[in-house]
Order: sequence, then C-alpha cells, then structure tokens
Amino acid sequence: MAGKIVLCRCEDVTLSDLEHSVSRGYRDIEEVKRYTGFGTGPCQGKECLAVVALQLARITQQHPSAIPPFTSRPPLAPTPLKLLAKDPGAHRFADETDEGED
Amino acid sequence: MQGANEDEEDESRADVSGEIRLPATLEGRTGNVPEKAEIAIVGGGVIGLSIAYHLARRGLTDVVVLERGYLAEGASGRNGGGVRQQWSTEINIRLMQESVELCRRFAVDLGVNVWFRQGGYLFLARNAKETARLEKNIALQNRCGVHTRMLEPKAALDIVPELDLTGIVAASYNPSDGILFPWPFLWGYARQAAAHGVRIFTQTPVGGLEPQASGGYLVHTPRGAVRARRVINACGAWSPRLAELIGVQVPTWPIRHEICSSEPLKPFLRPMVSELSSGLYCSQSMRGEIVGGVSLPGHGSTYRMGSTLEFLATYARRLVRLMPVLGDIKILRQWAGPYDQSPDGNPILGAAPGHPDFFLACGFVGHGFMMAPIIGKLYAEWLTGGTPHEIFVRSPLARFADGSGAHHEKEDFNIG
Repeated sequence: MAGKIVLCRCEDVTLSDLEHSVSRGYRDIEEVKRYTGFGTGPCQGKECLAVVALQLARITQQHPSAIPPFTSRPPLAPTPLKLLAKDPGAHRFADETDEGED
Repeated sequence: MQGANEDEEDESRADVSGEIRLPATLEGRTGNVPEKAEIAIVGGGVIGLSIAYHLARRGLTDVVVLERGYLAEGASGRNGGGVRQQWSTEINIRLMQESVELCRRFAVDLGVNVWFRQGGYLFLARNAKETARLEKNIALQNRCGVHTRMLEPKAALDIVPELDLTGIVAASYNPSDGILFPWPFLWGYARQAAAHGVRIFTQTPVGGLEPQASGGYLVHTPRGAVRARRVINACGAWSPRLAELIGVQVPTWPIRHEICSSEPLKPFLRPMVSELSSGLYCSQSMRGEIVGGVSLPGHGSTYRMGSTLEFLATYARRLVRLMPVLGDIKILRQWAGPYDQSPDGNPILGAAPGHPDFFLACGFVGHGFMMAPIIGKLYAEWLTGGTPHEIFVRSPLARFADGSGAHHEKEDFNIG
C-alpha cells in the first residue's frame, strides 16, 4: 500500500520510498530530500514538503514542529533563461566587449 | 576479503506491521562513537566514503567515519557530476582514465544506480590561444590513450546541432568522458562500507584531536571520544580547520562556485558542453535537467554558500548565446558549493610533516568528486600495506614549505 501512496508528484516519491530512507538512517529532511529526490522537481517542494514532513514526523515519532523545512532555492518560480539573460547584472567577459557581439 | 554476495544483501523486509525495514547505513542519532578504531575518517563526503569503502573491501573494517552534518552536505552534494579525462597533466589524465572505468562498473560493484552516462565532453574555443591550449592537452591525452580529437566548428554541430557557432574557432571532443548523479554515488559507498562493518556517524563534529603517547589520536566528539591509530582529514574545503586542531597549516581556501538546474527535458544533449572563455559548462543529466554553471570572478575566500542573481544572469546570457534554443527552458533552482582551492591546483595527500598518523586527502579544486573513485582505491591500497602510488609521492603538504613541488607541472584545466 505504502508503495502506492505518492508524496511527491513531480519526482514520483512514495510513502514507501520515505520509509526506505528512514530505515537506512537518512532521516533528516535534507537527507530525505537527497536520498529520495522529493522536492527537486518543478514545484521545488511547494506541494510536497509539508506532506513529507508530516509523514516523516509520524514515522520518526517526532512532533511536526521538530522538523524544519529544507533550504529553499531561488528562483521563487521556474524562470526562463531568456528572461534571466536580459538582466543587466550579468558579468561581461573579455570576449563580449565588442559592439555588436550580442 | 569479503565475498561479492555480501554486496548484494539488500532485500526489503516487511515486519508484521507492514513497515519496511532495511539494514541501516548510518548509525542512529544517539549513542556513542566506539572507544577505539584503527582509522577515523573525518568528513562524510565522497573522498572519505570512497576511502572507507575501499579500506573495508581490503579487509580493514575497523573504521569510523565522522561527519559534522549529513552525507553530501558539502561539495560532494553540490557539484555538476562531470567525469572527464581531458586534463593538462599526465598524472591527472591517467588517474581519470581509471576513475572513468570505476564509474562504469559502479552500479554493478556497489549495487546502486548512479545515472552514469558517457556522452563525452565538448570544449569550445573562441580564440587562437584557447585553441593552442586544447591542442597541447590533446597531444598529451592521445599519448595516454585518451581518444580526444580536435574538431572544426562545423563538426561540433554533428554532436550538438543546437550550437550557435558565431565566434567559435575550434572544439575538442572526447566521447568517453561522462556525467553522473552525485548523491547516489555517496549512498553506494556508504551502504557498502557499512555492510562491511564501517561505522558512519552523521551530525558528529570533531571538536578536538588529542595526540597519544603511543601514536594516533583521541578524537573528541559530542558523542564521546574514539581512540584512532590513524586519522584521515577528508573535510574538503573545511580541511584547514580540522588540521588546525593539531597545529598543522593546510594552505587551501574555500572558493564559492554557483550552479543551477533546469526543468527536466526529453534527452537531446549528449555531451557536457564547455566554453573556455567564460568557464560556462552545461550537461543534461539522466533526470533530463540541464545542469550547469559559469566562472564568476571576485568571490575570494568564503564559506558563505548563498546564491546570486549575478550568477544566474551571467549563466543565462552565456548559455543562450551559445545555444539560443535553450532560451525558453526554465531554471528550477540554483545553489552553491565550495572548491577546496590549493595554491598549485593539485591535491594534498599523505601524512602531514611531523604527524605520521594524520593523513590529508584534500585540495582537489573542484574535481574531487571525479577523482574520488580512484583516489579512494589507491589510498586504501597504500594504507593497507601497498606501495604508495606516484600521486602520493608528488602531493605532500611539505611541497609548499620546501619548494619540492616546484618542478611538477601545474594543473590549470579547472573549469566552472
């Protein structure tokens, strides 16, 4: 049954995967993220983090408040490269100094 | 020597409650470290775990690994997963030939999928100086049996049709370079080391190293002290801090390098692509993401691992210029990790001068991950009585004080 309960839809991580992780000793939320890959897909944890944390708290018999969220990474939302490429803060290399190079 | 069957124990077992229980890889969060061990490895990154695994495979299982945080917390969990043989010094080329072979066998030998894929590395030059650098390296690589070749820019399009060749004057390509997914690499080493008896303690920082009259150290941690006959410093960018505990100066410093990852795409990009002029690199992982970075000057020595918009904007600019079709793909996340920068670009290995039981395995300047398979194997062979490989003879800490390393060539082909 646990193999059919999906906790992270982006990366197909199931309750069974979480149980595997804890059995091996990977039980910190950052370790669970790396061991199972949960929270590394398009939603970056926005949908699954609380669900995984709650199940982790249950399995490891901790109060949910004892489990902090994993480090969130920029950007806030998936951002196209072509938008980022227009940011004026980009470093210019020596081969970009010519006019018309861009 | 343990039999191969031991490596295959991994059957999931459900108890009466239906919960899955697997053999633990890591020690629990409570409980003390053992009173003594033959070897204490400080640092649960890929170098320390590779050494631990290879020691155990050679029968030396009285080993503890002491990790300050969690496995993969440092650079081992933050790198781009590149594994290449295109280097500028013969010793690095030859070591990496062996590392690639170990990566090829990793899934079979260690029973874990590390998503290794040999799609090659394609380096791009934008001027004659860069071209000459590639040509010089290729001549050496070919002599070592690595089949790198120079390509006309147009021939690079056969490998990556999405390239914009404007300003590209030459390319070098070695088809047997590759990429892997760093995280499971560590799980593989850790699990098999533990299965052979190595004890791995996470959340266990080392606070003191007390030299013992009979040799070795009393290694102090919040979970008690372990009396270790030998200590290995595999702390990556944090190696100087551990060495300071016994007054040894390790002249490396941490340099922050940023990296990012895109949404997953259908496989289309075979090689790792890298542009020498900017240090831009990108590859498509087996998960489908485009993973890459670019060189940013001026960060100096820092342990701060924050992310910057400057990095993301610079990476985007260079990547979209080189491969315009990627303009529409979305970046999902960015992060950073520390290179353990050594003064001459080469690692620091072997016992510290005057401290015969304190061994160093640091200073890998951003290529520790790809070196770890072969370095761990060679280190374990040496520590279990084998003849030290040439890399240990060439890489002592003493070279910085007495100038003995000055006649060795500098490795200058560090990217990213």
